[in-house]
Amino acid sequence: MLLDVNDLKVSFHSRDGVNEAVKGISFHLEEGKTLAIVGESGSGKSVTSMALTKLLPPEPLCRVSGKATLDGKNLFDLSAKEMRAVRGKKIAYIFQEPGTSLNPYYTVGNQIAEAIKYHRTDVPDVWAEVVSLLDQVGIREPEKRAKDYPHQMSGGMKQRVMIAIALACRPRILVADEPTTALDVTIEAQIIDLLKELRTKLNMSIILITHNFGIVDEFADDIAVMFRGEIVESGPAESVLAKPQHPYTKALIKCIPKMGAKLKRLPVVDYASLEGCGV
Amino acid sequence: MNGEMDLIEAPLLEVRDLKVTYEAQRGSFFKHVEYVHAVKGVSFKVARGTTMGLVGESGSGKSTIGKSILRLAPMAAGSISYDGQEISSLSDRDFMPYRKKIQTIFQDPYASMNPRLTIASIVAEPLMVHAKEMSKTQRLERVADLLEKVGLPADAMNRYPHQFSGGQRQRICIARALSSSPEFIICDECVSALDVSVQAQIVNLLQDIQDELGITYLFIAHDLAVVEHICQEALVMELGEIVEQGPTDALYRSPQHPYTQRLLNAVPKMPTIVGAG
Repeated sequence: MLLDVNDLKVSFHSRDGVNEAVKGISFHLEEGKTLAIVGESGSGKSVTSMALTKLLPPEPLCRVSGKATLDGKNLFDLSAKEMRAVRGKKIAYIFQEPGTSLNPYYTVGNQIAEAIKYHRTDVPDVWAEVVSLLDQVGIREPEKRAKDYPHQMSGGMKQRVMIAIALACRPRILVADEPTTALDVTIEAQIIDLLKELRTKLNMSIILITHNFGIVDEFADDIAVMFRGEIVESGPAESVLAKPQHPYTKALIKCIPKMGAKLKRLPVVDYASLEGCGV
Repeated sequence: MNGEMDLIEAPLLEVRDLKVTYEAQRGSFFKHVEYVHAVKGVSFKVARGTTMGLVGESGSGKSTIGKSILRLAPMAAGSISYDGQEISSLSDRDFMPYRKKIQTIFQDPYASMNPRLTIASIVAEPLMVHAKEMSKTQRLERVADLLEKVGLPADAMNRYPHQFSGGQRQRICIARALSSSPEFIICDECVSALDVSVQAQIVNLLQDIQDELGITYLFIAHDLAVVEHICQEALVMELGEIVEQGPTDALYRSPQHPYTQRLLNAVPKMPTIVGAG
């Protein structure tokens, strides 16, 4: 087991009171596997992934408790300096909107080089590594495109650059937080294919955070369904998708528009009835 | 066939050979102008009370079509007629009544609301322009009705956009679009940014509103499953041109153009979910 999260709790404290975003969840991630955390916005899925490397506001604004064991060490016990060695190198992230994650003032090659220089001092020719990374994520004419600024690239290409930056540090775990939500279907398919290919080639584990069941079905080995800060159902992707047990999972899968379904109305999640079954 | 039948058959919106060209200045010293042809001669008709889908990848020009109907994009050639009246050649003053009849809902509800205004002011704003004769109390009553119609609590009136979730904000945008009693609404990716569960609610709401008020939609989207669900007909755009159009049933069953086929193939198949029924 690569990563083991036990009883993770995250709460935000403000003038208006306490907001318990994550209420004691446990999950684990195997080497080379993909875990999809699905749920609607506000269910705590992004907060969970950001808590792993302390990307959340500091105490007393935000409290994180529980255990997250990576390579035998609890991530929450690490000092700030030790945590910097985990970020990027062991756990890297790609986010939803590639445009806002890139710095508009620097060329994309420059930004990939920054990650290499910071995390891998052993690389002799950084620029050659940048070009090979861009090539790896499927950008044509990588030498030329490395000198482009983010605004000269399309959304799909920017997301490829983000993946290249994440891969630059050869992470054990890649957290993909809604990696295709801002992209078109055809580009989405390309990015998912790329992630699949890289997963096998680099034996990387992926935590995929999404509300898109289409890509979950195609890509995930395991699923954890989150609802209001709790994991209501988890297990192998096939069994959860084919035979969902929890009423929330059932309702959520039902309301996905499916091609050729020919329904008069789309089913919706009946939150009132969910209150009755203890969530 | 009697006269009334003809009236129903006449399209509400007819776009003929629409071309939209943007100018872009290039070069820092030797300045020159380059033209970007966003829409290259597009023709289609939308029948009253129906929903026309408009699909394509980003950059294909689908939003530009929506914008040019409302004069938010520079039209280079072609004509747009609404309810039998040519509207693209009207003066801005003469076009004003059509701004009341044609409304729009955008993708990002938060970006399309002024964060400093209360929901009551946001929803009432079209009324201040298009229904000047209304008193303040009448306006507030209308806002309360609209909020109820889109499924928001009455106390939403005095709150601000940031106090609502994404789905609720989209409901506010729908209420605002409905406030001037439009006949035609351009939905520009209006459910694309929402979660599946919220998306289902908003799609149902749009259909309920159509059933009740007979509104016509131009539904711009890249989610083909949603388009199949809500639209009777659809247009497929690639690089500023319509490559295929027709009833959604036929279009999805046997796509003719390679681009439509590619688009349909890219949709995640969800074998496990669909297989489980």
